[in-house]
Amino acid sequence: MGQIQLNQVTKSFGDVQVIPPLDLTIEDGEFAVFVGPSGCGKSTLLRLIAGLEDFTTGHIEIDGKDATAVPPAKRGLAMVFQSYALYPHMTVRKNIAFPLRMAKMDQAEIDRRVENAASILNLSDYLDRRPGQLSGGQRQRVAIGRAIVREPAAFLFDEPLSNLDAALRVGMRMEISELHKKLATTMIYVTHDQVEAMTMADKIVVLRAGHIEQVGSPLELYRTPRNLFVAGFIGSPKMNFIEGAEAAKHDAHTIGVRPEHISVSAEGGEWKGVVGLSEHLGSDTFFHIHETGLAETITVRADGEVAFRSGDTVYLNPRADVIHRFDANGLRIG
Amino acid sequence: MATQHSRSAARIMMAPAVVLLLGWMLVPLTMTLYFSFKRYLPLRGGDLGWTGFDNYVRFVSSSAFWPAVQTTLLIVGGVLVITIALGILLAILLDQPMWGQGIVRILVIAPFFVMPTVSALVWKNMFMDPVNGLFAHLWRFFGAEPISWLSEASLPSIVMIVSWQWLPFATLILLTAIQSLDSEQLEAAEMDGASPLNRFWFIILPHLSRAVTIVLLIQTIFLLSIFAEIFVTTGGAFGTRTLTYLIYQRVLESQNVGLGSAGGVYAIILANIVAIFLMRIVGKNLDA
Ligand SMILES: Nc1ncnc2c1ncn2[C@@H]1O[C@H](COP(=O)(O)OP(=O)(O)OP(=O)(O)O)[C@@H](O)[C@H]1O
Ligand SMILES: [Mg+2]
Repeated sequence: MGQIQLNQVTKSFGDVQVIPPLDLTIEDGEFAVFVGPSGCGKSTLLRLIAGLEDFTTGHIEIDGKDATAVPPAKRGLAMVFQSYALYPHMTVRKNIAFPLRMAKMDQAEIDRRVENAASILNLSDYLDRRPGQLSGGQRQRVAIGRAIVREPAAFLFDEPLSNLDAALRVGMRMEISELHKKLATTMIYVTHDQVEAMTMADKIVVLRAGHIEQVGSPLELYRTPRNLFVAGFIGSPKMNFIEGAEAAKHDAHTIGVRPEHISVSAEGGEWKGVVGLSEHLGSDTFFHIHETGLAETITVRADGEVAFRSGDTVYLNPRADVIHRFDANGLRIG
Repeated sequence: MATQHSRSAARIMMAPAVVLLLGWMLVPLTMTLYFSFKRYLPLRGGDLGWTGFDNYVRFVSSSAFWPAVQTTLLIVGGVLVITIALGILLAILLDQPMWGQGIVRILVIAPFFVMPTVSALVWKNMFMDPVNGLFAHLWRFFGAEPISWLSEASLPSIVMIVSWQWLPFATLILLTAIQSLDSEQLEAAEMDGASPLNRFWFIILPHLSRAVTIVLLIQTIFLLSIFAEIFVTTGGAFGTRTLTYLIYQRVLESQNVGLGSAGGVYAIILANIVAIFLMRIVGKNLDA
């Protein structure tokens, strides 16, 4: 009940082509996350799916039916905006009931659905307040409530958590994931937060300048990034890239090693360097190692207890089985 | 202005303006009150001493009083309805992206820059003249008998003239209000299945309510005292004598300053009643 398929879709604003021809299928019930750097066209793609922007060329199928010319309200999709876009002059109850009122549903059914949505989202105590009297997280839930009462074929989220503080974000992340489990409805979620993408997604779509760089499950992208861009984009801190002689040893133009796959010791190892900055997160410590002769900086993740000081000479050992190899075009080898 | 210190500094700095404004208001107000209790006929004996509430009683018991109040309220109400309804429509139109937007907006605002006397004369002579006016030509073109606007339909004519003057003001304020509406709200409503008419009714109109309140209040205050438009068109004849005009006639045409001043005090009371009434109705819009 919520398969979405994009065929050869393009979008231009004036002369600027923001989305080059693009094919993408999102299966029914899937949680798909769009990630990519700012300005890469994530929001535009979402708005195209929602019907808020017209396609320049190409078409969209929802549940196997062509929906290219179908207006937004008739596509059966619900969207949660980054700014929430709640109606400020209506109470929470009226906000949530609005799509049902527009559908001319009878009052008893509206009440039933609103109460139901409110209890799922823990909003029952706030139904008679206005959006201005709610906290950011509560507003977020009202926006989701307004989306779920319609029982849509799919939900579209555009960076819904970016206005929340870190603690609330973790909470809402879990609530949305749970909601997805409960409703089993297709969700498309735009974010530029890696952690959100990795933890929530069934499928991540990595975009760059409107191009799809790779589509896959979070672990697929982490373990086998298809090219340098995806390798650098997924994972935090960023993967270390090494070129030249060291890469040639592995028959590659560039090799990539994630910071968590390098161990650091004072005794001895494959590479030698000098500790520069270290970032102590408590649980982990990130060391920035210089003067290795491999790359300007090599980032290493170590246990929170490991203590080296700036200026110490250390040895690095990469785990041989997780070295990523890339050719001169930046594509993965093997 | 949070601290004690900055608050008292602010008071001292505002004092000159407040004193000046108070003087500006209080001197004429006191003089009006003073004259309203006097029998004062400049050309017929001058100051003839105190008369108590005589002037007040005579002003309201005159046969011209209640019709004047009614005319005033009709003109104010008519102009408010027309300017706000058309103002909302125009604001929505002007908000659409179109070619030559800047010029069109300036043209729409232009009537506001025309002095009331001038615009009323232009309307009277160029549009509403029963022989040479544009409307007369238009009526004849369609084979109808031209209307002598200012005598046969005097009140609607004046409402039309004044509305034309105040429409730009309403449009301008409502346009800025429409532009401040978050476009995501409209998109959300669109996705929620609201038709354009529903979007207007449920999203745009409530968003405009505050701006409408402001237009309503400001226009009422100014419209209660319109004078020039009546003076140069009908001269108060054909049922267009407003309270302001009645006062003018009492003071200058009948040369009865005392009676006119009493009328002035009534006008102040009426304006305050209307203002309080409006504040009550719309006040909740302002603090929300
Ligand atoms: N209405 C528009 N007119 C012209 N260009 C636009 C319009 N909307 C978006 N763009 C351009 O399209 C590109 C993609 O924009 P989009 O909003 O989809 O980026 P995004 O990936 O959502 O970025 P962010 O993460 O910052 O939200 C940008 O270069 C932007 O400048
Ligand atoms: Mg965006």
